[in-house]
Amino acid sequence: MKSATLPRVLPGFTLSLGYTISYLSLIVLIPLAAVFIKTAAMPLDAFWQTVTAPRVLASYRLSFGMALLAAAINSVFGLLLAWSLVRYRFPGKKLVDALVDLPFALPTAVAGIALTALYAGNGWIGRHLEPLGIKVAFGPLGVLVALVFIGLPFVVRTVQPVLEDLDTELEEAATSLGAHRWQTFRHVILPALQPALMTGFALAFARAVGEYGSVIFIAGNIPMVSEITPLMIISKLEQYDYRGATAIASVMLVVSFLLLLAINGLQAWQAKRSGRSA
Amino acid sequence: MSIQVQNIHKAFGHFVALDDLSLDFPSGELVALLGPSGCGKTTLLRVIAGLEQADSGKVLLDGEDASDTHVRERQVGFVFQHYALFRHMTVFDNVAFGLRMKPRQERPSEAEIKRKVHELLQLVQLDWLADRFPAQLSGGQRQRIALARALAVEPRVLLLDEPFGALDAKVRKELRRWLRRLHDELHITSIFVTHDQEEALEVADRVVLMNHGMVEQIGTPDEVYRHPATSFVYGFLGSANRFEGRRTAGGIDVGGTRLAAQADHAGEDSEVVAFVRPHELEIRLEQQDAGIPARITRVLSVGALTRVELEGSGSQDGQHYDVELPYETWHAQTFTAGQQVRLQPRALRVFTHNETAGRA
Amino acid sequence: MSATVSNLYAQHDRAALLESRQATRENPWVKAGILVAALGFFAVFLLLPLAVVFVEALAKGWGTYLEALTEPDARSAIWLTLSAAAISVPLNLVFGVAAAWAITRFEFRGKQLLITLIDLPFSVSPVVAGLVYVLVFSNHGWFGPWLSEHDIKIIFAIPGIVLATVFVTVPFIARELIPLMQAQGREEEEAAVVLGARGWQVFWHVTLPNIRWALLYGVILSNARAMGEFGAVSVVSGHIRGETNTLPLHVEILYNEYNFAAAFAVARCWPCWRS
Repeated sequence: MKSATLPRVLPGFTLSLGYTISYLSLIVLIPLAAVFIKTAAMPLDAFWQTVTAPRVLASYRLSFGMALLAAAINSVFGLLLAWSLVRYRFPGKKLVDALVDLPFALPTAVAGIALTALYAGNGWIGRHLEPLGIKVAFGPLGVLVALVFIGLPFVVRTVQPVLEDLDTELEEAATSLGAHRWQTFRHVILPALQPALMTGFALAFARAVGEYGSVIFIAGNIPMVSEITPLMIISKLEQYDYRGATAIASVMLVVSFLLLLAINGLQAWQAKRSGRSA
Repeated sequence: MSIQVQNIHKAFGHFVALDDLSLDFPSGELVALLGPSGCGKTTLLRVIAGLEQADSGKVLLDGEDASDTHVRERQVGFVFQHYALFRHMTVFDNVAFGLRMKPRQERPSEAEIKRKVHELLQLVQLDWLADRFPAQLSGGQRQRIALARALAVEPRVLLLDEPFGALDAKVRKELRRWLRRLHDELHITSIFVTHDQEEALEVADRVVLMNHGMVEQIGTPDEVYRHPATSFVYGFLGSANRFEGRRTAGGIDVGGTRLAAQADHAGEDSEVVAFVRPHELEIRLEQQDAGIPARITRVLSVGALTRVELEGSGSQDGQHYDVELPYETWHAQTFTAGQQVRLQPRALRVFTHNETAGRA
Repeated sequence: MSATVSNLYAQHDRAALLESRQATRENPWVKAGILVAALGFFAVFLLLPLAVVFVEALAKGWGTYLEALTEPDARSAIWLTLSAAAISVPLNLVFGVAAAWAITRFEFRGKQLLITLIDLPFSVSPVVAGLVYVLVFSNHGWFGPWLSEHDIKIIFAIPGIVLATVFVTVPFIARELIPLMQAQGREEEEAAVVLGARGWQVFWHVTLPNIRWALLYGVILSNARAMGEFGAVSVVSGHIRGETNTLPLHVEILYNEYNFAAAFAVARCWPCWRS
């Protein structure tokens, strides 16, 4: 502890930090360590066989591919939505602003069922897409729809405050220097939003990769086609194959850690960017 | 290029920022817009730039109506109070921005841009900072980079919003002198906004005093200081002692004390307000002397000047007065706190209530 | 001047001000395009799913709706979900406040790492979250033999459900508080200490009034997530109807039995307890 020798003005340092670390260790860190310890006890070839089985590989492709795509879609539309909420006046703005958090609050199972009902062949949207040959529910596209739904608030809620704080003098300066609106957006606004946008992207991606509840209803769970990685863990568990489940979980955890590091780096970058220095 | 604004009106909700305001800015001059917070000076600057749309009225640039011209096309250089430098770009890229945003057929080559940017950076004496980011610069350096950036697009007019407002006192003094010299070199029509009368009087060719969205007076620094048109101008340009009284022949009557004042258009026996600067007020020790009766409350001696604070007595009970006198004078006379004295103005500026009503 | 301008901002809707200025607005067609795209997306992905929940729940009328909610299995699921939330939210509330206090009021090495670790449950798949408790507490797990000797059941029982719920909601309240308390700084608390306030007095009279709305929002979000968690709970619950089924799991069962209206009726019930 760097400044432990200095007397602290405010009380409760040892208590609050001690409690924080113990709680976090008991609830999160030690149980998570169990995954790696169990995995380490596994013979390497057995581990490798489990995590590279064709069905599992197909699930990585689906989970990571669709999560990436969903995060990308959310980055675009989340930015547009945040922009509209900050920059424009329109009827029902307050309602829209409040409902953006809906995917945070709506139980994932309910979301999954609602989306399934919506996009199934007889659903409100599905019945218009089916004649066009587009099958959303019970296939990979359904996975995408569910992941877009749960990821949207992450992008909107990280971009929105930055957009609100964005100094409009910067845009005025660019315009007075002769820049067109698009040039101003491209060269001045977007670079300022970039860290927040990437953080939102990473958060949405991280959530989407691990998402289970809202996806399994709409995915159809067809082996090799629309099975997500978390489902592979569940199915291993249902066969009492704890080692298999743990192996796949360790792969997902490593990805989570990497993502988290990336998000943290981005947030540090963002803090530096928006620092009141220039 | 000359700038004219005609009958500009601008309100934000119920707050009237500019009230039917008309002004001429002659070509090539450095003009200061001076006034207290909320007087509309920044709004006027932004209306001229096209950053703010007036509710009614016209802005003429070189005699042409520019009211419908977009900011982008007005060829106006604007320096923002907090500089608005693009923090993700180097100093070089900031200055080059305006050139790089030009349509392809007008855009100079990269080599030409490079030459021009370095020329500008030399002009503001910061060529050696080209590769730094704004966050690595001091306030004064940022200010000069912001100016170089605005000059890069060869604006017809230069507008500066509180250019020295965010700087500390010492840097501010240096930059003032520097801005004056720069203007003498470039002779580009420039307007700057400030709330600091010293800054306006020291730097500008001409000072426009504004209050409540209206112009109080226009003139050279000397004119406005020596001949303030309204009590507001008098009060804003320096500290002042205020006397309320009645006009009499050849003077005014303040609570029974007669003070000499030059004749003006105020009718006899009308209510007037008179002002005296602290260095124009004399302290008389002899009680039989004419003048406002007062009691010394505090004597402050700092450097070459001594400041005496007084409180009125008799009919002027509760009034506060400030007197400034050279240290030597004070030393020779040695007033002390508690002493009863008389105050006699050497120069009195008298304003009728019409000149002050609704303004000050 | 700046004070006046910011007052104007506050009085005036900022969006209106920006829309009134040439330098900060788009041409009307671009603006219309952005609004149509953003709101269209919003309608399709957020509004319609919400509408479906309400419409389908009432598809077979109010009778079915109420019946679905009062059926014994549903009632036991409701009870279990409420209990899990009632235990996990206060636990995480205390944790969130303690963590935010330590992080925003003191300087210490490894702070950034601690913030990262608090966020960890956000990016861990809920299924993995459930799995880790199975690995620790199930019959094949670390403590399994010891637990079964003492006849304590955690996995496929209520404690496991509570643990899984706690895990997934750990960051919510801390996440709301940290940025706010960081922005507010420690000056007010320091002033209170200088004025002679003691530890809890400082917290109770100075800190708490400043953070109450963020705290409330954090509680609402973590409560919503606690009551709605599916993946993690699904792994540890064992799906015993009437015993270890939470609401989301009950919804899944109804759904799998093609009892659409009942599933939605139960589903729709969430908001009424949350508010």
